[in-house]
Amino acid sequence: MKTPLYSELRRRIILITLVVSIAPLIFLGGMIFYQFAGLCEQRAKEQIQQLARSQANALDVFLRERVNILTTLVDTVSFSEISQPDKLASIFDVINRRSAGLGLVDMGIIDSQGEHLAYIGPYNLKGLNYYQQPWFTEVMAKGEFISDVYMGYRQLPHFIIAVRSQKGRANWILRATIDSDVFNNMVRTVQTGQTGDAYIINRKGVFQTQPRFGGEILTLSKLIPAHFGQRTTATEHTDADGRRKFYAGAWLKNNAWLLVVSQEGCDEKGRLAQIRNRDILIVGLGCVAIILATVLITHMLIQRLEQNDKEMSGLSAQLVQSDKLAALGKMAAGIAHEINNPLAVIGEKAGWMKDLLKEEEFQQSENLAEYIKSVDKIDEHVERARKITHNMLGFARRMEPHLDDVEVNEVLTQTIDFLANHARINNIEIQTNLQEKLPVIASDQSKLQQVFLNVLNNAIDAIGSNGSIQVATIQKNHDIIISVHDDGPGIPKEMQSKIFDPFYTTKATGKGTGLGLSISFSIIEKMGGSISLASDPDQGTTFFIRLPVVTPAKK
Amino acid sequence: MELFRILVVDDEIDFLETIVNRLKKRKLDAVGVESGEAALALLDQQLFDVVILDIKMPGGMDGIEVLREIKRMQPLVEVILLTGHASVETSIEGMKLGAFDYLLKPMKFDELLEKMAAAFRKKAVQDQKIRDAKIKELVRYPARVLDQVKKNDK
Repeated sequence: MKTPLYSELRRRIILITLVVSIAPLIFLGGMIFYQFAGLCEQRAKEQIQQLARSQANALDVFLRERVNILTTLVDTVSFSEISQPDKLASIFDVINRRSAGLGLVDMGIIDSQGEHLAYIGPYNLKGLNYYQQPWFTEVMAKGEFISDVYMGYRQLPHFIIAVRSQKGRANWILRATIDSDVFNNMVRTVQTGQTGDAYIINRKGVFQTQPRFGGEILTLSKLIPAHFGQRTTATEHTDADGRRKFYAGAWLKNNAWLLVVSQEGCDEKGRLAQIRNRDILIVGLGCVAIILATVLITHMLIQRLEQNDKEMSGLSAQLVQSDKLAALGKMAAGIAHEINNPLAVIGEKAGWMKDLLKEEEFQQSENLAEYIKSVDKIDEHVERARKITHNMLGFARRMEPHLDDVEVNEVLTQTIDFLANHARINNIEIQTNLQEKLPVIASDQSKLQQVFLNVLNNAIDAIGSNGSIQVATIQKNHDIIISVHDDGPGIPKEMQSKIFDPFYTTKATGKGTGLGLSISFSIIEKMGGSISLASDPDQGTTFFIRLPVVTPAKK
Repeated sequence: MELFRILVVDDEIDFLETIVNRLKKRKLDAVGVESGEAALALLDQQLFDVVILDIKMPGGMDGIEVLREIKRMQPLVEVILLTGHASVETSIEGMKLGAFDYLLKPMKFDELLEKMAAAFRKKAVQDQKIRDAKIKELVRYPARVLDQVKKNDK
């Protein structure tokens, strides 16, 4: 039964435990995940930074290589030689055969006036003048020039490398168009994963290579090159569709190109989401487990509490009962004691009257016999009253238990012998089934005998005449159980609980005090045992006396 | 032969009177007093052979105390205890202190007579022994005995 107190307590315990255990769990789970995500991002940033740097270096090498070839050419071959078309053509041929990977599309010689003197290649550039072109000025000044990418021959991206000769009086320029396909491929390899991208933009933000997402080559990118500083910088940007992207930009050293490597968060293949989901699952399972365990344990706890309460109240009830018996006993003793005194006087006065009736003067009286009879009756009933009071005082008696070495079977047998005659007269058979070798116990022999006598007497009285009684003893663990079964009419259920109450008797007035069983109960209880009964109208009644085996102390 | 003298001590006057009367009816020399103090006062002046003593007398001296005093004053007196207290413990304690026997109240008068008879017999044997011892002493130490006789005469 749930008392309101425990409902409240249960709720509180569950609530507090859950809060205390789940909150940290969730907090930790969340914190760890976010830290992980943070670290992930950090790592992603670092990665693309490094990638950008190293790839930028590689691209630099690529460009430098080509520039070097041209400068070597320019420094080794004389102007007059190379400006001859067939010589130019054969040099071009040789270079292309040896190093097809160079991507050399054409080559041309331009003099110091900007005049395109010799050309080998697919375009029709001979005779053009570049004096006005800014790149011309630049190459004449700086000695080398790399152009931005443009759509060239066959609508493929190209860029130009031009180098100026250093030898001689007149400067001249060797110009070559490079197919940026190889270049593009190099850039493309940096595009890692499913969301990674890499491309080059020039100072104005125009794509120099084809990006994977978000633009076309030679269109304006959304990035602002000025945002990327000298060192390889990494930034973050949430673009139009709400995705977070990391960008790392590394400037090439050879020209004003910026290699941009981008990554969409660190969530490659949605790993992060996976981890997050797993995290949530674990925390969720943890929470469920905690909840289950808490509820279960609290339930057990409350149950135990309730059980305890029950036991305690049971114990209290027992104590109250014991107290009641003790109080009753005291009261009975008090009453008996008080009554004894007047009884003594009545008895002696009756005796005195008897003494006087023997005197001469009374012998003549015609009522003498009646007097004597009456006085005798007084005596008789005083005696009867005496028995009652002495019984009651016996009930309340609290003598020190007197411990003998008791052999239960022997005491039983003796008691049965006492009653043998009585039983035989009433045609009642007493059968015994006594376990051999019962342990000797330390107990009060006379008191035990009193109990056996009482129970056996009750059995005989229950049967009346013609029947049988079975007496058995058996040892069970640390107890000896004595059972006395009679095949009498049995005891109705309602009476069974009252039978050990003092003054409860079913016998006619004057035939029984109703104290026998309650005294026996008290005696056995004090010995640490118990008396119980089982009864059935058709089966009869069995009394069970349980005695703990107390080993006698060695003397 | 002297009559045996009986002293009955009980605070219940109806009981006391009846017992004394019944004893007297049987030609026994009985005296009754109502309290332990009265009993001791009397024992100081007169000799008794048997004292019938009610142990539990509320107010005044405790029965066991009285018993002790009696034994101190007249050690040869036999005491029979009456107890309305069915607690045998007190009676057994009394026995240890030298009481002759005990009876539970309400008692059977005949039982009292029996116990008294037994007490008398014991006393008679005791008295005989004492007499014999005195005679022996008389034979051995006449002077001492003469002194005693003189004392008794006074």
